[in-house]
Amino acid sequence: MNGRDSFLGYRRPDGRVGVRNLVAVIPSCACAHHAASLIASRVPGTALLDYNGGCGETQADIDLATALLAQYGRHPNLVGSLVVSLGCETLNATDLAQRIASGYAPTELLVIQKSGGTRRTAEEGAALAEQMVARARTLQREPCPASALTIGLECGGSDATSGMAANPAMGAFSDLMVAQDARVILAETSELLGAEHILIKRARTAEVGERLLRTMEQCERALKATGEDFMGKQPSPGNVRGGITTVEEKALGDVLKGGTTPVVDVLSYGQPPMRSGLSFMDTPGNDPSSVTGLVAAGSQIVVFTTGRGNPMGHAIAPVIKVTGNARTYAVMGEDMDINASTIILGAETVAQVGRRLYEFCLHVAAGQPTAAEALAHHEFKMLRYGPIY
Amino acid sequence: MANALRIHPEDNVVVALRELSPRADLELSEAGETGVITLEDIPFGHKVAIRRIAQGEAVIKYGASIGVATADIIPGQHVHTHNLRSVRGVVKP
Repeated sequence: MNGRDSFLGYRRPDGRVGVRNLVAVIPSCACAHHAASLIASRVPGTALLDYNGGCGETQADIDLATALLAQYGRHPNLVGSLVVSLGCETLNATDLAQRIASGYAPTELLVIQKSGGTRRTAEEGAALAEQMVARARTLQREPCPASALTIGLECGGSDATSGMAANPAMGAFSDLMVAQDARVILAETSELLGAEHILIKRARTAEVGERLLRTMEQCERALKATGEDFMGKQPSPGNVRGGITTVEEKALGDVLKGGTTPVVDVLSYGQPPMRSGLSFMDTPGNDPSSVTGLVAAGSQIVVFTTGRGNPMGHAIAPVIKVTGNARTYAVMGEDMDINASTIILGAETVAQVGRRLYEFCLHVAAGQPTAAEALAHHEFKMLRYGPIY
Repeated sequence: MANALRIHPEDNVVVALRELSPRADLELSEAGETGVITLEDIPFGHKVAIRRIAQGEAVIKYGASIGVATADIIPGQHVHTHNLRSVRGVVKP
């Protein structure tokens, strides 16, 4: 039987639910970044999307970034967007602003070469952003079902405790979310090489299993085409110091994040999940890039397990940190939300920590800040496939 | 008190739940005494063999292969990059 838990969220006119009310400041190229960052630093309630492409890139990368930045602009955690363009970049900022404006939230486009330079753009932008933030203050939270949530699953800075405690607890959490009909997204393709058989066995249909296999094979081929062995990347030097020797070992600990439910779909980088349940998204193991893809797909919250301690958050989505390493919890406590090392000490079961994480997640959905939010983390890294001109 | 964890019953390695010195009796949190004694220092979270693993044989953790032994390994030995290598993560096996 599926659950009917709820939380206090912001219902949007398009039927989706937000857990935060933020105004995004989106530079459409690296050259517009500084002016955009000035606006974001002046107006509380704004979030800078730290995009640094937009020019001199392949059309495929420009198209991907435009599509995903447009999805960002229509993300349910946002109540408005300000696109800051230089005026001569490859990325079509007018098109981007129009795509965002097709959603419910107000959208403005500023062009530095028309506004008259850095300071004028920043002043004009800050005034517009302040108006958007002020309008958002009138919005009220109301009860929303947990099924309205899309949750991204991520791990970073893994060590041996990740596979013993934090990832199994995240798996239990994922099962609880799926039982609510929420959408949960497992990601990080290169970190699952050696554990694909476990996911393929759980594919909803043979066709989903086939796509899972193809995605994994493609990733392995692309990485091996570089001529480099994985060691030093998968696993990373920190993973190795933490007791993880091979990519297979990392993968078998990693795959536990996805719990036990069927894999209902395979998504490309940033593609929104269409079905409730556990989907798999093809993202790199690199944490900021992977999380940026998960949030582009509409994840309102990301849950992030870390053994060695990764403090990162995200520009517009709360990131919940879980560690299974008691030492990390002791020395980096300010960056952590959930201590899962109790599983290793025998003080709590995997199911108990999974339940605790689930309840914490609903509180975060209702407005409780995560450690990364309290520390003003705002990481954002758009994936780039091709070379730069 | 348990000082190691065997994640899956078929595993031929276990994980140290704290830093272990040489000559520590390995005691599993699920299965109790193993009769295996550590032969060297094992850092927290690192693997110790509980069975003999011949060179070229699979090292099993989580009930699945995590790579092959690059040397003969005897129970109580530390299993890491010096005697275990990935099969999947190498360009030329």
